[in-house]
Amino acid sequence: MTSTTSATPTAAPTPLLQLEGIQTFYGPIQVHFDVSLHVNSGEIVCLLGGNASGKSTTMKVILGLVKPRAGHVMFDGRPITGLPTPQIIRRGIGSVPESRRIFPDMTVRENILIGAYTRTDRAAIEQDYERMLELFPRLRQRLDQRAGVLSGGEQQMLAMARALMSRPKLICMDEPTMGLSPLFVDRVLDLIQQINRQGVTVFMVEQNANLALQIAHRGYVLQNGHIVLEGAAQDLLGSPEVRDAYLGGGAT
Amino acid sequence: MPEFTLRTLADQLVNGLVIGNVYALIAIGLALIFGVANLINFAHGSVYMIGAYVGWVCVIWLGWPLGATFVVVALICATLGVLIERFGLRRLQNEARIAPLLATIGISFALDQLVQLIFSPNPQSFPNPLPAARIALGGVSIGALDLLIAAITAAIAVMLFIFLRFTRLGWALRATAQDREAAQQMGVDVDAINALTFAVAAVLGGIGGVMIGMYFTSVYPTMSYGAMLKGFAANLLGGLGSVPGAVVGGLALGLIETFGVALLGSTYRNLFTFIILIGVLVLRPTGLFGARRATPPEPLTGTFVANSRPVHIPRALVIGGLIAAILLPFFTSNPYLLQILTNAWLFSMLALSITLVTGTAGQMSLGQAGFLAIGGYASALLSMRLGLPLELSLLAGAVIAAALGTLLTWPVFRLRSQYVALATLGIGEVINQIILNWEGLTNGAMGLSNIPPLSFLGLPVIETAPIYWFALGILVVAALFQWRLMQSHLGRTWRAVREDDVAARAMGISLNRYKALAFIAGGLIAGLSGAFTAHMYSYINNETFAATTSILGLTMVILGGMGNMAGAVIGAIALTALPELFRPLADARYLIYGVVLLLLVRFRPQGLLGTV
Repeated sequence: MTSTTSATPTAAPTPLLQLEGIQTFYGPIQVHFDVSLHVNSGEIVCLLGGNASGKSTTMKVILGLVKPRAGHVMFDGRPITGLPTPQIIRRGIGSVPESRRIFPDMTVRENILIGAYTRTDRAAIEQDYERMLELFPRLRQRLDQRAGVLSGGEQQMLAMARALMSRPKLICMDEPTMGLSPLFVDRVLDLIQQINRQGVTVFMVEQNANLALQIAHRGYVLQNGHIVLEGAAQDLLGSPEVRDAYLGGGAT
Repeated sequence: MPEFTLRTLADQLVNGLVIGNVYALIAIGLALIFGVANLINFAHGSVYMIGAYVGWVCVIWLGWPLGATFVVVALICATLGVLIERFGLRRLQNEARIAPLLATIGISFALDQLVQLIFSPNPQSFPNPLPAARIALGGVSIGALDLLIAAITAAIAVMLFIFLRFTRLGWALRATAQDREAAQQMGVDVDAINALTFAVAAVLGGIGGVMIGMYFTSVYPTMSYGAMLKGFAANLLGGLGSVPGAVVGGLALGLIETFGVALLGSTYRNLFTFIILIGVLVLRPTGLFGARRATPPEPLTGTFVANSRPVHIPRALVIGGLIAAILLPFFTSNPYLLQILTNAWLFSMLALSITLVTGTAGQMSLGQAGFLAIGGYASALLSMRLGLPLELSLLAGAVIAAALGTLLTWPVFRLRSQYVALATLGIGEVINQIILNWEGLTNGAMGLSNIPPLSFLGLPVIETAPIYWFALGILVVAALFQWRLMQSHLGRTWRAVREDDVAARAMGISLNRYKALAFIAGGLIAGLSGAFTAHMYSYINNETFAATTSILGLTMVILGGMGNMAGAVIGAIALTALPELFRPLADARYLIYGVVLLLLVRFRPQGLLGTV
């Protein structure tokens, strides 16, 4: 295991998000075995892993969609384990769900604005809305169309804009590049970095390790519900151990 | 045939639109609930009926003005809607959709009976409190109430449109309807949205109830059931879950019904509803405006058949119980007890039929009483008109019920889950309506009287004890027949169809054939029970085998354990005998049935003996 702090932009005393000793079950089947990880303020951290490694469930645990049987989740210094999802969102977590999950029968405009559901400061919402259209100019031409007719890449941008509208401290992205054309993959990764530079901490779950590690500061590798590897992104990038973790070890 | 002048045509148009307005209000509520909670809410009609009664109390008893009345109706109905969602349905929201559907049936039974207990089952007169003057407008005469109904509906539609399109809460509601989990991730409290939806729907339903009460100048407890079905037919016509579709569907249904009644007579009123209901479900399940998406894939009832280990009943116990049942008339001189048990044996056959179709083959049937009715009428008519001996007419009744009933149910085989429930309910009603309207054959609402009494090998069976034995005898034969089928490859195949129809089809199983076989076998048993009932009572009419009988049979099956034959019999005995054992409760039997159904779905979906 390698652990360097060189890539961490700010050495925060307490992490923004911390998972400790998480044990999760689906019925009798255990998904997480003592999973611990943390995300510092200002970082991009990625959680890597193959199919059925428990990545997406980790996201659901953070968002309160799945309750862990043991362990706890701390956000911004306070426990959020077991809270209902809407309250966790209100604490300052934005979510870009797996396969986007935009609201297909609402217009693009409505989709963006419902991201601000937890806020009441109308003037600031209007400003943020304009900011989103600058950040994602493609959406501007499609404001009055049903979101369901957007392309996959456009839907991904819409989902990101929607999540940012709540002014989150942390944005959680579940496989943001899944199903996108190569052109859009690069664009989405650029945008994630851009969002991060504007001060939003990013935690992303990805299957495509090389892509994710290009923009991340640190990474964790999850395999069969265990964190098997963690470290700075550069150290993980191209490391044979990452490849092993995907292929089930011993495959080299 | 009434004469059609341009004037009557225009008047019918106004009538149709006015009634259509109210149907639209009911349909909007159902559409909202279907959208947000993905649920066919059978309790919606009860809320509508309660709204009508509250309005009646305010206007007639308290002499309040209409404005105050509508406010009170809205408040009470909203509260009722929230209570139904909170205590009846919330815990079921992650279950298979058929579970909350059954819960709403239980709730509607309970509410309807409660109103009956308070206000009596008789209709209460609700004279129109508005001025009687009518405006003549280019040959059309419009009353004050017509205008009020149109104005209120239009106002509600506009307010709803603004709410859904332009308010934060309205967006949250639509977001929840489109993707519940994603809405939660936007910070939307979806439980609160659910409750809000039920409240809004209940207000619309309640106000619709008051207006219909005034329009037809009466309120009565059973108005709930028809209204729910009409609202649902309107909703289906416009596209399930679509609010604009519900408005158009409601108006269309109002017009179709009004012109249909003008052409054919008022006994045909409900037939149009059911034909639309079934026609749309079968031919165009997405409705007129729902073309974009097909009906969402639904898990079969199989998923509601909770995994459980059925209680094993040793063969000795079954035989011992049977011997005790045979010997019972020698030990009791109480004819009342024997009559109740005879009823229980007949209900057991209905329950066996439902447990086969619904429990084993997974086709949620809410119209099984239709098989009883066909069996009863066929056997009665064959023995009355053709002088067929009783043994033959009973058998013929069973065969005709199985054949005709299955043929009528055939179009349903392509549907799944909730839609099967709704369509079979509609088919049960269509059978009922045909009986009501085919006067030449069935004598219509007058019913058939002087049906030849039961006999066996030429010996009359008219005493209590022989009737008891006769019923027990055919129950045993029916049960052995069904048991034999369950032991054969058919039992296995039916369960495969129930558990996973896609996988079953991939195994080369022809779904339609096996669904048909289940309905034929179940239809034989139910038909026999209906035929026996006809001769036992010597009088039947279209209400002898009402839709509530289907639901009662289903409750028996769930009580015993779906697919469990012993459970079906025990459930039938329990629910037939229970209200009789507590005589003071006999008036409240449907309240008991409703509560039993609600509690079972919530706390013991596997029933007493477990599912098979």
